[in-house]
This record gives sequence, C-alpha cells and structure tokens, in this order.
Amino acid sequence: MKHRTFFWFFLPTGLAMLLFIAMPIVSVVTQSMFAPHEAVLETVENCGPFGCQTETTVNQDATRALRDAEPLGRFVGLDIYFDRGHLAVAEVSELWSNSESFGGFFDRLGNLPFYRAMSFTLTYTFITVPLIIGFGLLIALAVNSLHRHLKGLVIFFSLLPMIVTPIIGALILFWMIDSRGIIGNLIVHLSGDPQLSLKASTPLMWISIIIYGIWHSAPFAFVVFYAGLQTLPKDQIEAAQIDGATRLQQIRYVVVPHLMPLVTFVSLIKLMDNFRVFEEIVGFNAQAHATSLSWIIYNDLGGETRQLSSAAATSVMTIIGVAILLSPVLVRTWRDFKGRAH
Amino acid sequence: MASRAQRMPAGLRLLSTIFIVIWLILAAFPFLWTLWGSFKVELDFFSIADWTNAITGKNTENTYGRPFTGAGYYGAWVTNEFWENVINTFIVCFFVVCTSLTIGTLGGYALSRSGFRYVFWLLILALIFRAMPPITLVAGYMLPFFEWNVWGILPTTIIVLVAINQPFTLWMLHSFFQNIPKELDESAKVDGCTQFQAFRHVIIPVMWPGVITTGLFSFLLAYNDFAVTAMLLSESNRTMVPQIAAFLGTTYTEGNVMFAVAAVVSATAPLFVLVMFFQRQIVSGLTAGAVKG
Repeated sequence: MKHRTFFWFFLPTGLAMLLFIAMPIVSVVTQSMFAPHEAVLETVENCGPFGCQTETTVNQDATRALRDAEPLGRFVGLDIYFDRGHLAVAEVSELWSNSESFGGFFDRLGNLPFYRAMSFTLTYTFITVPLIIGFGLLIALAVNSLHRHLKGLVIFFSLLPMIVTPIIGALILFWMIDSRGIIGNLIVHLSGDPQLSLKASTPLMWISIIIYGIWHSAPFAFVVFYAGLQTLPKDQIEAAQIDGATRLQQIRYVVVPHLMPLVTFVSLIKLMDNFRVFEEIVGFNAQAHATSLSWIIYNDLGGETRQLSSAAATSVMTIIGVAILLSPVLVRTWRDFKGRAH
Repeated sequence: MASRAQRMPAGLRLLSTIFIVIWLILAAFPFLWTLWGSFKVELDFFSIADWTNAITGKNTENTYGRPFTGAGYYGAWVTNEFWENVINTFIVCFFVVCTSLTIGTLGGYALSRSGFRYVFWLLILALIFRAMPPITLVAGYMLPFFEWNVWGILPTTIIVLVAINQPFTLWMLHSFFQNIPKELDESAKVDGCTQFQAFRHVIIPVMWPGVITTGLFSFLLAYNDFAVTAMLLSESNRTMVPQIAAFLGTTYTEGNVMFAVAAVVSATAPLFVLVMFFQRQIVSGLTAGAVKG
C-alpha cells in the first residue's frame, strides 16, 4: 500500500485518537502545572469620624476577569505534585524524621490521600491478578473435561460476571453483603456477632472488593485458557502418559508450559485493568475504607468545585504508573522488533 | 472424544464436577437473587428478621396482597423516568458502534495491508493508548469542553467514546484483516481497481464476521462505561449507568433502594440477551487478541 493511500485510510481513526487521546494527555500535563487563580484582594481605607480603618475585600469583578482571561490558572510548576493531596513531600519527610519505627511511619503514611490510594491499588492489583489466573485455570481445566453438550451452558453462565457493567456487578454484590442482605446475614450468623458489619470494617471491605474483583475477572482468564487448551497438542499429552507422568505432572509439565504465553497475556491485561480500579469503589460505597488513584480523580472532578488541576496532577501520576507497569512489555516488543530488523 | 487413557478416575471426576457446580452457583446466583428480589418490597429484599422473607415475600404479600410486585419497576421507569436514560444509552451505543466500526475498519485494513515500519509504531502507540485509564483523559477534556460550550451533551460523549474505543478496535480488526489473504485485494488491483475499490468490492463482503465481533466489544465498552459518561454528561442527558449511581445518592435516604434494584435488573437484561445470542463471537473475540499475543 502506498504511503498516500495509507494516509487517507488511516486519517479518520488517527485524527480521532490524536484529538481525543493524545491532545488530552498534553492538556492534562499542562493543566497539572497551573493552579487556580487566587481571589484578587483589595485593600480599602475607610475613613470615618473615628479615624481610618483598612479593610481587605475580594474584588469579585477583577477575580472573574482574571479567571476568564486565563482559564488555565497561574503557573506553579511542580508544586501541585508535591502538595499534601499528592506526593506530600514535606509531610513525608517530617514523618520520616519523627517516626521511631518503620511501622509507625507506614501507619501515618496511610493517612495521606495519595499513599492511602496507592496502598489499596497495589494490594488489590497484586492480590487479584495471581488469584484470577489460578482460578481461571482451574475452571478451564474442569470445563474442558465436561461433556461437550454441557460446555456451552457452563460457558454462558461463566461469561455473565465478566460481561456485566462493573458498577452494576459491584452493586449486586454490595446489596448481598449488606448486613440485611443474604450473605451479610449469613456472615453475621456464622460469626455469632450481631454487630458485625462488612461496611464498617476496613479489612472486610478490602476483602469484599478483592473477592468482587476475582469474581468479575476470573471468567476472562477462564475463556482465554479454555481456548488455549483446545490447541493443546494431543501427542505431547500421550507421550507424557507413556512416560508414566501422573495427571498432576501432565498439567505441570505439558499443559502449563503450553499456556504460558496466555498467562503472560492475561496478567498483562489484568494488571492494566486492575490498576484503574474505581467503579468497584463507587459501587461498594467504600471510599471511607479504600480509595484508588482513579477514584481520587473522579472525586476531584465530580464535586461542586471541580478541582481540575489537582485531578490533572493525579492523572499524570496514574499515567506514569501505567507506563511503569507496561514498560517490560514495551521493552520486550522493542527487542523483538530490533531482532527482526537485523 | 477422550481416549480411555485420558478418562479421569472417579474421584477426580467428582471433585471437578463439584467445583464446576460451585462456580456456576457463584457466577449465576447473584443475578438470580437480585432478579427475584427486584419484585419484592425493600423489607423483604433487605430482611433483618428472617432471610427467607426475601424468597417468600411475606412483607410484599402484606402490602400488595401478592408475593410479587412491580412497584420497584414502576418507581424507576415511570416516576423517576428511567426510560429516558435507557433511550440515551441506546443512542450513545448505536452511534459509538457505527462510527467506531466505520473509521476502525478503514484504519485496521490500512494497517494490515501496509508493510512499512510506521505500522509497528502505530500499533504500539495504540497499545499504550489502550492502557490509559479513561478517567485520566477526562481531566483533560473538561476545560476545553467548558470553553467551547459542548460539555454535557450526547454527541460529545459519543465522539469521546469512539476515540477511546479506537485502539482496541484497531488491534482487533488489524488481526482479523491479516487473516484475510492479501492475494484477494491484490488480484483486484491487478485488474485495475484502486485500493479503495478493492476494499469496497472484495474485502467488505468477506469482513463481516470480524466486524460483528469487534462491534460487540465496542457496544460493551460504550454500554458499560461509567468514567466518561458520569463526568461528561449533564443530569438531563445521563445514560443508564451514571443514573443508577445517582439513584444511590438520593434513594438510600428515601428508602427507595428498590428503584435502584429494578434499574440494575433492567440494565443487566440486555447484556444477558447479548451473551445468549453472541456467545460464540464473544469467546472468539476474547481469544483473538490472546492467540496473536
């Protein structure tokens, strides 16, 4: 295909991505370096019969004029990144010098919004991804051994948790674990503590969200692994059997190595997706116990006062986080590409 | 059919069956429970006294004389005008799917038929864009959209969703088009067609399976989106998902949580139908990306 023809074919989609993905990234980076204008203050001297008083008032007109003239705000460089709502450099260094032990340091670090969000996001991501893969593999192996008439039905029901809107799935589970819902009731009954409420306890809320995350994503891993099992070469399994391999050994030394590229694929996709955990938190109404970077952005943008700059700074840090997660893949692809070119 | 040597021992077979049954219950029970409960009153759905109330509907019978009631659905669809949100959702989904397939097909076809080096870089760029959480981009849309006065309306949201959809659409269609032999359109070009004519007369007739699968995923993305629709739509233009989230803010205090339950069931129903009819396409679409690695 000629360059020219390629250009015209690619133009619409390229333009869409340029305008609505690439430009917003530039816009977010710019926005994160500007803070909203402060109100314009005026000092007026009022002289009355009892002497003169100076009064400081907000000049509404001047403030509005300034905000309209420069909607971005005033340039503050990287200040927003370092303030209390984000990296909180000053607070962290103070904590560091004041805390006697590491435990105390991390305890109090958890009170700062950014670190609180990071601790949940990372815990969530690194606990769910291995469990999703393990659970997905088990389901795939079990379904693969079923009679073929049953397979379709099982796959149908397995797809449901994955296909459902994340926030709706979270709500459905949230209503069930409510202390008046069926699972909540059961848990209260089992623990024998009538006061127990999942909503009030941070660890239980974390566990609930993690369980929801596994429930939601295991079907994806299952479907991918199940498809991989269909391409498993029969002769390898037969050879292993002739060599006397037990069923577990067959899985360990034949099936799992065959599925390894798919495991990498699933873990990559799920790392990226789970790093943006957010709808779950809204659905579970869990912001008091668990937040994530995405949730902070949503919260900043949503309220009465739209804190664009603060949201933009968090966005940039989220993008950097995604880039770090993605970098091994990019490096590997780059190596493959260079290897092919030579 | 599995050979005799492949057949499982009885114990393992039992274990595997039990595991499947447990998984099926985990996967399906929450939906059935919520569907069943959506026809009850709140006191039954959230029952402190006795959980069997949620099944028998004791309080529902006391209130309405029958163990089932459509009060939640009436409240959501009629009183709270949920039907407007449903219409908005389908407008958004329809236009997102049509637009993103049109421009994505052209782009994906071009990527699969051009052997130059920039194709690799464009695909990598698309992968990076695919990894970007949509909510991070929203912060970048806000200010320009306010300035141009296009915030809050459906067309803006549709265009944004189309753009966010593109990286994924391109990857999928790229791999589908690569499976269509190049000789097809090349022979058409030898016969004197331009590239576009070759695409129009040779490729379009054979591309539908791939396009339908990709379209399903575009639909799901638009239908399930919360981050973009919640932030970029004004209250009167809301689609279903942000409306359900908004229900919660107000209804917990009013004790009308059943409206939200009914709305949730209504919003899940189309997805059920979709999976029922397109199960094969969804499975093949999920695996298409994986097999390519």
